Amino acid sequence: MMTNTPAHDRIDGYVNGDDVVLFMKGNPTFPQCGFSAAVVEVLSHMQVPFQSYDVLPDAELREGIKAYSQWPTIPQLYVKGEFIGGCDIVREMFAAGELRSLLEEKGVKAA
Amino acid sequence: MADKNSRGCLMPMNATDIEDLIREGLPGAEVDIRDLRGDGDHYAAHVIYSGFKGLPRVKQHQMVYEALKGRMGGELHALALQTSVPQE
Repeated sequence: MMTNTPAHDRIDGYVNGDDVVLFMKGNPTFPQCGFSAAVVEVLSHMQVPFQSYDVLPDAELREGIKAYSQWPTIPQLYVKGEFIGGCDIVREMFAAGELRSLLEEKGVKAA
Repeated sequence: MADKNSRGCLMPMNATDIEDLIREGLPGAEVDIRDLRGDGDHYAAHVIYSGFKGLPRVKQHQMVYEALKGRMGGELHALALQTSVPQE
């Protein structure tokens, strides 16, 4: 993890503040991007409670999170502080059943 | 530097540019690109590369993004990426 990125400490707090954290465009009720909506759908389908952060109104967060994880796009999903991936990876892992096993391994309840 | 047209917005990339960059960055990789909407901005790519072996998906995708030299997320808005290791 890069430590001197913008808003690093703030992001660190968010990432470690909840079991499942999603940085997205918009919010779960009104996602503003198809990729963000897809991850929300996967998490809701698995009934996994998660904390979301909207990067659209917060330019420092929007750029800082990309540097923090060395990942160029939004959405970004974190479980127990670990960066899991963006939309493609979450969907691939969900389809392969890997997302469920990862959540169980990390002690996060999923339906 | 990303090339810009007269209106200053980033030029969309074409499929061959993406393929070339990935092949350059991941020598020997097999790259299958599909232009999802024909707008040069929404692609799906499947990259098969022996170097992915044993690496978590996040790392595999990051290797592809590195090969794309920072274009991902800017000039290249949407690349639905799938990575895998060649069948033994």
